[in-house]
Amino acid sequence: MPPDLLNATILLGNYVVVPGVAYAAQLALGALGITLVFGVLRFANLAHGDLMAFGAMATVLATWQLQAWGVGLGPLPTALLALPLGILAAIAAALAADRLVFRFYRRRRSAPVTLVMASLGVMFVLNGVVRFIIGPGDRQFADGERFIVKAQEFKRATGLAEGLSIKTAQCLTVIIAIVTVVLLFRFLQRTRTGKSMRAYSDNEDLALLSGVNPERVALIAWTIAAALAAIAGALYGLDKSFKPFTYFQLLLPMFAAAILGGIGQPVGAIVGAVIVAFSEVAVTYAWKKFLYYLLPEAWRPDGLAQLLSTDYKFAVSFVILVLVLLIRPSGIFRGRVL
Amino acid sequence: MAVGFGQSWSLALAVLNLCLISALMSLAVNIQWGYAGLFNIGVMGFAALGGLAGVLVSRPPVPAAWAAGGVGLFIALLILIAAGGLALALARHLRRSRWRMLAIAIVMLAGLLGARAFFDPATDAIEAVEPAKTGYLGGLGLPIVLSWFAGGLLAAGAAFVIGRIALGLRSDYFAIATLGISEIVIAVLKNEDWLTRGVKNVTGLDRPVPYEVDLQQDPRFVDLVAVLHSRSLEALTGAAHEAALRELTVQFSSLFVKLCYAGLFLAALAVVFWLSERALHSPWGRMMRAIRDNEIAAGAIGKDVTRRHRQVFILGSAVIGVAGAMLTTLDGQFTPAGYQPLRFTFLIWVMVVVGGSGNNLGAVLGGFLIWFVWIEAEPAGLWLMQALTSGLPADSAVRAHLLESAAHMRPLVMGVILLLVMRFRPRGLIPADR
Repeated sequence: MPPDLLNATILLGNYVVVPGVAYAAQLALGALGITLVFGVLRFANLAHGDLMAFGAMATVLATWQLQAWGVGLGPLPTALLALPLGILAAIAAALAADRLVFRFYRRRRSAPVTLVMASLGVMFVLNGVVRFIIGPGDRQFADGERFIVKAQEFKRATGLAEGLSIKTAQCLTVIIAIVTVVLLFRFLQRTRTGKSMRAYSDNEDLALLSGVNPERVALIAWTIAAALAAIAGALYGLDKSFKPFTYFQLLLPMFAAAILGGIGQPVGAIVGAVIVAFSEVAVTYAWKKFLYYLLPEAWRPDGLAQLLSTDYKFAVSFVILVLVLLIRPSGIFRGRVL
Repeated sequence: MAVGFGQSWSLALAVLNLCLISALMSLAVNIQWGYAGLFNIGVMGFAALGGLAGVLVSRPPVPAAWAAGGVGLFIALLILIAAGGLALALARHLRRSRWRMLAIAIVMLAGLLGARAFFDPATDAIEAVEPAKTGYLGGLGLPIVLSWFAGGLLAAGAAFVIGRIALGLRSDYFAIATLGISEIVIAVLKNEDWLTRGVKNVTGLDRPVPYEVDLQQDPRFVDLVAVLHSRSLEALTGAAHEAALRELTVQFSSLFVKLCYAGLFLAALAVVFWLSERALHSPWGRMMRAIRDNEIAAGAIGKDVTRRHRQVFILGSAVIGVAGAMLTTLDGQFTPAGYQPLRFTFLIWVMVVVGGSGNNLGAVLGGFLIWFVWIEAEPAGLWLMQALTSGLPADSAVRAHLLESAAHMRPLVMGVILLLVMRFRPRGLIPADR
């Protein structure tokens, strides 16, 4: 391969592929939770973003405590040890919310919009609790080796002009996300409980007739969704940094991913997350240098060749959402039309 | 009123003014939710558009900026329109295939890039014009009261576009779409400095009411103060009389200005309230409620549900826009970073739910009540924290943290209020009659 082409590929890998994959993994975990809650409980849970923040907060606090005790994992971030605690905290919060708020409306068979509104209330309570406990500011909790591949070392090793850097957090995000998703799918496909959950999501009346216990299904759906939320939240915080408000802003990309994939479809949520994440990164990336390597001199662009500034990355998810609603409201995998 | 006696009349009037605006917003959300069952959680975006109208209508135009970048902006706009038109034409006339999608995508991409080629230098030129003072295009230089109408129109226009896309699907998608558009509106207002000065804010907007300083110079106003306070002034003579009169004039001028605002807002609220009441009790209002209660049945007897929904969504959003413009007028400045979903979307929803959805009087009452709680939640939270932590030593870290966190009581309190009212009094303080 000529060096220009190689350089361009590395450049793309460094600024688009690596961050895109990590972001896609985080979105996918969040979108899976949303899609599960929707499939089983039949409402769009607006509190999901703040549930992520809550789980991440618990992880951050536990990490700090572990760091104070001097417990660590060497090159790996301490947050991995703290994550189970974060998951438990998120599950506790979700189950408490279900018991105190959602169960009442579920038993009365209220209109879905009532449940959405209640989730708005839950969202603000969670948001208040998180801000109350840890404050609204930026919190760093990553430690250990920050990079697996460093840009400088990569350049030295390969002799190329462009460097590739991969953060430990990004790599961990992808590994943990894959493990989690594999476990989730095995659970849904193989176990009796997972099957009853899918049955309930497909056809509530038939599932009830076959003896599926709706309360148990709801309980398990909340548990899984909360665990996914805590993992996604902690990984996002590890990759960027923990700030309560950002999780509210993740709500839109996550919903876009869930709806794009077909709501109620776990596979769809993952595919949707990949599409949303990569469109966001690709549209806000300044392509100038990439084109510089590939195009002949006369064609090289003057500007940054950036389609949208990064301030508008949420517009990308919105446009995707709108396009799905216009063209194929049921999503790629033919989920339920709301 | 209790604030008037407890704290000060000036503060009470300030709270009252914001109560009036909140009541108008909650009336607007009540039109959308209470009449038609539309779950709009993008209130913030429409309010911000109203605020933008305040700037665009009342600020004087900046000719240097227009000269620097006006042409470039215009060309960029033309290119965008041309590309959009071409894409639409391709979508209409080509057969459905992979090539059609590709052609449309290429046209859109080329249009976007072409527009940016003109847009970027133009906006850079505009923002370079005296960036400390202007650096934006300015507005029309018209009286700011006109912006109330302009704000309504702007918000209605945005609502029309969103309504075309997201209405007709079920409520959850609509909610998410409105949430998204409001975030995008705020992002645009924060970042497009050539239009709004972004986070540099636009301050010193015109006022629809006189300035305190002018009032204090006006002999007729001073006479009015003297007459109003004649009894207390009688006892004083000479220099003491003069000083006391000046003091009272300064106090009263600030009160007077706030009263003028209150009068204007009250008038606007009264007009919208009267119109909404009339609408609610008209055949149109009955039809809306029929649609809200059972969309399928209403559709079956020949009502165009989606169209009616769009109509009521546009109306309600226009009222939110008016309220947003009023808020900017009252503040005298436009601060894009000040638009928080908690304050501008969620709070309004709590007002409607607490007041009693479907009932205009309830919405107004909810607006007053919840705004009051919102204002007082922080001092109350601080007081509570102080009371709770008074047993702890003064330098305790826990105490410092708790005191610092008192400000975050607000989302918690509001969330709990919403959940409690929904659960135990779902029809609100003043239930709507069926």
